[in-house]
Formats: sequence, structure tokens, C-alpha cells
Amino acid sequence: MRVALQVTCIGEALFPETGQAVVTLLRRLGVDVDFPQGQGCCGQPMVNTGYLDEAIPVVRNFVDTFAGYDAVVTPSGSCTGSARHQHSLVAERSGDPALIRAVSEVSPRVYDLAEFLIDVLGVDDVGATFPHTVTYHPTCHSSRLLDIGERPLRLLQAVRGLQLVDLPGAEQCCGFGGTFSVKNAATSIAMGTDKAAAVIGSGAEVLVAGDRSCLMHIGGVLSRAKSSVRVMHLAEILASTGPMS
Amino acid sequence: MTGTFVGMPAFPEAARAALGNAQLRANLAAATSTIRAKRAAAVGELAGWEDLRLAGAAVKDSTLAKLDEHLLTLEAALTARGAVVHWASDAAQACELVASIAQEHGVDEVVKVKSMATAEIGLNEALASHGIAAWETDLAELIVQLGHDLPSHILVPAIHRNRSEVRDIFTSAMAAAGRAAPADLTDEPARLAEAARLHLREKFLRAKVAVSGANFAVADTGTLVVVESEGNGRMCLTLPEVLISVVGIEKVVPTWGDLDIYLQTLPRSSTGERMNPYTSTWSGVTPGDGPQEVHVILLDNGRTRALADRVGRQALRCIRCSACLNVCPVYERTGGHAYGSVYPGPIGAILNPLLKGVGVDQQTDSLPYASTLCGACFEVCPVRIDIPDVLVHLRAQVVDAHRGTAIPSAEAIAMKGAARVLSSSRLLAAAERVGGPVGRILGVGSSPTTGRPTMRRIPGPGAAWFTARDLPAPPRESFRNWWRRSGGRS
Amino acid sequence: MSSREEILARVRAALTANPEPAPRIPRNYREPVTSERAELVARFVDRVSDYRAIVVECAQEEVAVRLAEAVPEGASVIVPQGLTYPVPGAVIDHGQSASELDRVDAVVTLAALGIAETGTIVLTHGPGQGRRSLTLVPDTHVCIVGADQVVAGVVDAIAALDPNSPTTWISGPSATSDIELQRVEGVHGPRTLHVIVVS
Repeated sequence: MRVALQVTCIGEALFPETGQAVVTLLRRLGVDVDFPQGQGCCGQPMVNTGYLDEAIPVVRNFVDTFAGYDAVVTPSGSCTGSARHQHSLVAERSGDPALIRAVSEVSPRVYDLAEFLIDVLGVDDVGATFPHTVTYHPTCHSSRLLDIGERPLRLLQAVRGLQLVDLPGAEQCCGFGGTFSVKNAATSIAMGTDKAAAVIGSGAEVLVAGDRSCLMHIGGVLSRAKSSVRVMHLAEILASTGPMS
Repeated sequence: MTGTFVGMPAFPEAARAALGNAQLRANLAAATSTIRAKRAAAVGELAGWEDLRLAGAAVKDSTLAKLDEHLLTLEAALTARGAVVHWASDAAQACELVASIAQEHGVDEVVKVKSMATAEIGLNEALASHGIAAWETDLAELIVQLGHDLPSHILVPAIHRNRSEVRDIFTSAMAAAGRAAPADLTDEPARLAEAARLHLREKFLRAKVAVSGANFAVADTGTLVVVESEGNGRMCLTLPEVLISVVGIEKVVPTWGDLDIYLQTLPRSSTGERMNPYTSTWSGVTPGDGPQEVHVILLDNGRTRALADRVGRQALRCIRCSACLNVCPVYERTGGHAYGSVYPGPIGAILNPLLKGVGVDQQTDSLPYASTLCGACFEVCPVRIDIPDVLVHLRAQVVDAHRGTAIPSAEAIAMKGAARVLSSSRLLAAAERVGGPVGRILGVGSSPTTGRPTMRRIPGPGAAWFTARDLPAPPRESFRNWWRRSGGRS
Repeated sequence: MSSREEILARVRAALTANPEPAPRIPRNYREPVTSERAELVARFVDRVSDYRAIVVECAQEEVAVRLAEAVPEGASVIVPQGLTYPVPGAVIDHGQSASELDRVDAVVTLAALGIAETGTIVLTHGPGQGRRSLTLVPDTHVCIVGADQVVAGVVDAIAALDPNSPTTWISGPSATSDIELQRVEGVHGPRTLHVIVVS
């Protein structure tokens, strides 16, 4: 099986540790993951802000880069959602039959990391050790667009030493929302502040989620509040084999 | 007189002001969390909820697909049962029709059942300009009217008020509108409800003309349906001699049998009850029972514009339950006034642009962006309106409406630039080469969690990020460079 | 062009420009749920009382006693024409004005049916049920429902009702949730609802 990593634009530029963790984890599970170097972004920032024309070259680049792979794994529920639900919209807008066809071939093969581990590889226990108290935030696009359900929790529950604690109001959006975070900054921050308070109240040492973008937002609020709670992507915990440094 | 939404600022600005009101946020958080729990319980106990949602959406879609035929059927059925049917293209026409019917009967007041359609067309203000007082009889509408306030919720327009604020409004304003509030009025909800009962009873008993909307209009039998709680609806629909119902053209359902969906989904979605206290149905005039003169005004006012939008037309399925408002994390924090319309919340963020059109005013254009696209609204919608999908669709319409303007916005320029970079690995790598060091210069200290400096502010369009959030400075080595150097083996 | 023609033309233009076939309507929700009558009646009683209505079950011959308990001592009572149960001292409706009804304490009626799932009684305002204002203006409504009139759910109720006459669906006493979204009983409609279920 030819497997490609779509590392996401945020992960590539700001949080390389997440992509590195995906690579470590997949290789440990025997998957020879590739990083096609032509990749850019999934186009979600443009589509969700209304710039459909601008998204056309981004989506074109996406399908050109990932054509021919059996699976495209991305550590992001919302990038997966963008590929599955929005790329066809952009392709239709382009009116280009070749792009429409390419999208219909690539989109169904894009997987969020947790889906890939459980549905494709069939593993719950990835052999990780992480002796810390962790709380999990189900990001909106993974839970509502992908219907990812209990998959991330199953993966976390199998991690040695990990103690999972409840996050009150977990299903509430953190307030990131892509460009919403700057176009409606005040509301975004109000939501992020409530989410951060819930995270701190959970008593966890680490907040985990399946999307770096939401973590960037919640982590940004936690950092400004001088909280000691760390934010980590699910991949980073699953790749871990001991206590964090 | 109530206030006006005219001249409201765009959503981000209005929201910022609302977020500063601690009382408002406390009232909203308490009310929405109460109703969310009640709804979840009421929906949870009904087996086959998803079947009801699917059927509710399908009936509305199939009706909209032949809306002209169903409207003609409705008109014929109503006329056959003694009602007079009028058609109003816009708000002004609808208001004129109501005013002229009231004037024919020589009245200077009408009693009103809570109705979104009449709020949408600004009927009370229009009637006031004809010297006719329109008395709101729903408790929440009464609170808004007496407080010279604006509605902030579809179902509970005074949701932004708590009990002690309601007490103060009743004590200070009831006397000028009729029977004064009891001198010893407390803020106990039961006492407040009793004060409303006493205040409105004299109006119900003397009113000659009532105005209502309708939750549903059944085409083949000419039956209108009003779903309510307090009995003020029954008072208005039964006691006066003349009844005028203003009904949006999307309220039509083909048959009486189709009500067996919505009379299950509406109460459970809106007030979280198995059934609302009162539902009234009537078909034209019933000799010897209720109003003997019945008018029905079929209202367009932008609905045909929404219907012409293939993606957006699903908003016309809406049965005004408010479930989307109650679960919306944005609405919960900003309240309804920030949306600048009688239709706030997620449904308002799509309905207003669909009814009014985009590219005309900044306030309407800001509404599709008043969402994180979290999808909680779609999850609860009893007629499965995919609000996030429609929001994204309308955002594209807003952007397209502004394409080709002489001076593109900073955002449009930024998006064009971003698209160029994000579709090219070469440009992306170049941006990282420049952005990395700049970011690290802007960064201070060393974050305990990433070991990297933390950025606390940056100049430019992204500055809004940093008002209350940090960002780690870019790493010394991007993922791309790490992969190139190590082949993915660290 | 009249508003009527204008609106119809706009509707047709909208649909012609973007035609969408009418979808099939999935009616799975109508699949009947079978319940024993005793179970239905028990659920009906349970759910009516959830709304803080006063519910009693009794045999045919006990109705008079139950009625006497439900109507307050010395209260003025009105009944519709065609009520099959005698109510001592009651005035029979002869078209009293709303203001006159406002001075009456209680009304006793029959119902067209009861809905177990939702605890609802439905009036179709025929003989024994009275015109609509009769059960609205007095502050107490006593409603007699036969156990054999109870249907399982809303689907059964809609199927059984004739929309040509007005219908009033009553689920508990009048109530509001308009203050802090907390339910309070007693606004404009009858503040006390008695339901007598006759087996």
C-alpha cells in the first residue's frame, strides 16, 4: 500500500513535531509513509472564507501531488473534511472535467489519522506509552463532519500509563473556525477562553486533539494565561514511548 | 414602540459590544444550557428521531419543488372555506393590507399572536404610523415591547432578560399600556406570568381584530396551524371578530397528514417538551365559533429570492424552532441582537442574506461569517438544514459580489497571495525561509511546552490573533526541511 | 401585474432556473408501535400528569363523584350542549360573550381523543366539547376522556382527526418558558386542567 502524509500547512510551517510523530508512528506500525514534496495546503482557508476561485489552484496542486497513492493520511479532521466535502465543490466551480475526475479519485482516499489507524490498519493499541493525565477535545470537524466517534478515545485508552480525564462541555466548539479567529476575534477569544477554563478545570496535564489548528488556538489562550497545561496532537502521544520531557 | 435594527453595525463590531455585557452573557448561558438539556432529553426519548428529520426535510423539499401548485391549492381551499386570501410581494404591501383591513373595521388597536413573519415585516411600526396600536400578547414579546427593546431569539425574544429585569420592566411600563402591574410584584416567574395575565385579559376581551402568523398552512384543506404555550394564541384566534394571518409562502405543506411529522419535531426541538401546551388548527370560517371574518396574507418578501438559490433554498424548510440558536456557541456568547435582525443565530446568518441578497450592505454580508462552521446547528435541525454548507456557499456569494471592485480589500489581496503560496511547494518553502527568522525575532522567551520563543504580537492583518492569544514562533526547521535532511528518520 | 401573479411568476422562475426533482418522502416514522390498551392508558395518564395537570382514572359510574371533586365548591360552571354527563348547577352554553365567560369559574367537556405518547387531549369542538372559547376563558377546564379514546401517538391522532372542524390540542395547563426558559404553569389559558379518564 502506497501511503502519503499530508502534513497540513499549519503543521508544516509551525508544528513540525506533529508530522514527525505521524511518520514515527506509522513506521513503527510497518507503514512506509512518504511525504510527497509538491504538497501545499488543502484549500480550506480559501473555501471557508468564500474564495472559491483562489482555491482552484490549491486543490489542483493537492490532487496532482497525491494522485496514485492508495491512502493519504493527514493529522487533521478538518483537512480531511475539506478534501471529502469541499474539493468537489471547488472542482465544479473550475468547470474543468479533468479536475472533477481527479478530485473524485483522490478525495475518498484521504483519511484522518485516527480513521486510518482504526479503519485501515485495524489497530487500537499502537504500542505507545505516555504516563500522564490527559483530556481530549473532540474537534468539530472530526466529530461532526467525519463522524469519527470514539476512535481517538479507543486509541488513547490503549496507551500505557495514560490517564484519561473528562473534559466538561467537550462537544462545544473551541472558537477557532479558521479565518473566524481573526475576522470575529472577540467572539473567537470568548469561546477559546471558556474552552481553556474547562481544560484547566479538568485537572489534566495535557490537552490532546486531532487538529493542530484548534490546538494552536486553545494553546494560544492557555499560553497567554500562563497555564502549565500542554497541548499535544494525538499523533504525538501515540508516537510517544515514555514520559514527556 | 419597539426599537429598530436599522443601522446596526456589522456582526463583528456588534458582537464585540455584546461580549462586554457580563449580565447578558450570564443570562444567555443559563437559558441556553437549560434548554439544550431539555431538548436532548425530549429528542432522546423518541425512537426514530432521524426518520422524522428525514421525512420533515423531504416534505418541505417536495413542496418547494412545486410551490406554485401548492399555493394555488391552498388559496382555493381557503376561499372555499370562507377565508379571504391576499398576496403580498413585500413587507410594505403586507403591512398596508393589514392596516387597511383594520381601518375598514374602524379599530385603533389589534391584538397579536407571536409571529416571526409580522416581526420580519415591521408590522407594529407600520400600524403605529396609521394610528393603530398592535398589542403583543406573547409573554416574551410583551417584555420586549414594554421594554422598548429588540427581540434576540426566535422563540423567546426576551431571552436576554432575566427575571429581575422583567420585573422592573413590568413595574415601570405596564401602566402606560393598560392595566398596571400589581404593586407587590416580585421577580418570581409565576408572579410575572400572572401579571401578564391580568394586564392582557382586558385587551383580549375587547379586541375586535387579531393578527397572527401560522406555523403551517395545509394546502389541500386550507388549514392554518398555530403552535403556542400560553393560550394568548388561542385568545387571539378565537375571541375577536376578525382574524388576519400573515403567512410566509414557505409555510405550506401539502396535506393534513404531513403535520404528523412537524407536530412531533417542533415542540421537542423548540421548548424541549413532548408537546407544547396548545396547538390550534382552523380552516377558514367556522360558523358560530371564532372569528367570522378570516383573512390570510401570503407573503413573499424575499422568499422567492431564496427559492432561486439552489443550495440556499433548503433554508425555506425552517420551522422556526430555535434549536440551532440554543446550541450555537457563537449565539450563546453574543446573543441575538448582534445579528441585527429578527432572525438571529445560525438560521439568521443564512436566512437574512438569502432573503435580502448579498453585496448590498455590509451588515448582511457579515452574517455568513458569524460562525465557526462547527456544525452543532445541523446536528439538531429537525428539518436537516445543512447550515454550515449554506454558510460556506453564501460566503462565496459575498466574495463574488465584491470581485471586480476598483480597490480590492486587504483580505482579497491576502487570499490571492496565500493561494499562490499554498498551491506551490516552492513558494511555501520560500515563505518559510523568510517567515521563520522573522517570527523568531518577534518571539520572546522560551515556551516551556515547545522550547521555542513565543510570539505575543505581530503587525499586519493577523494582529487580531494576539489580543488574547500567543503563538509559538516558527521552528528552526520546518517539517519539509526536516524530511529533506533526514528522509523522515530523526 | 397583481401581487399574486408576480409572486407565482417569481416562484416559477426560481424553479425553472434551478429545477430540483421532488424527493420521495420516507414515511418510516409511521410504522405502527403496538401497545396493549392498558399500557397506552397508563402512559397517557403518566404523561398528562407530567404537565402538572390533575388526572384521575375511574369507572363510568364514578364520573359524577370525580366531577364533584374537580369542580370547586360554590364555583360557577358552564357546560357545552351535548355533554352526556350531568353536572349539577351548571349553565348550558347558549353563546355567552367572552366577558360573560370570564366570570365563569370552570367548564366541563368531553374530548375527541387523547394521545398517550405526548399526554395531549384534542378537542374538535363538536357536541359535548363546545365552541373554542368555552374551554379557554374559564380558569378551570375539566375534561372527560374515554379510555377507548386514547391513541398511541401523534401519527394516530392526525390520521383520526378531521381538519374541516377546528381542533385544539391541549397538553397540560397553560404555561410559559419565556422567563429564563424555565417552565411556569398558568398564563392566559385555564390554569387548572383536570382530566378524568373513564374506563
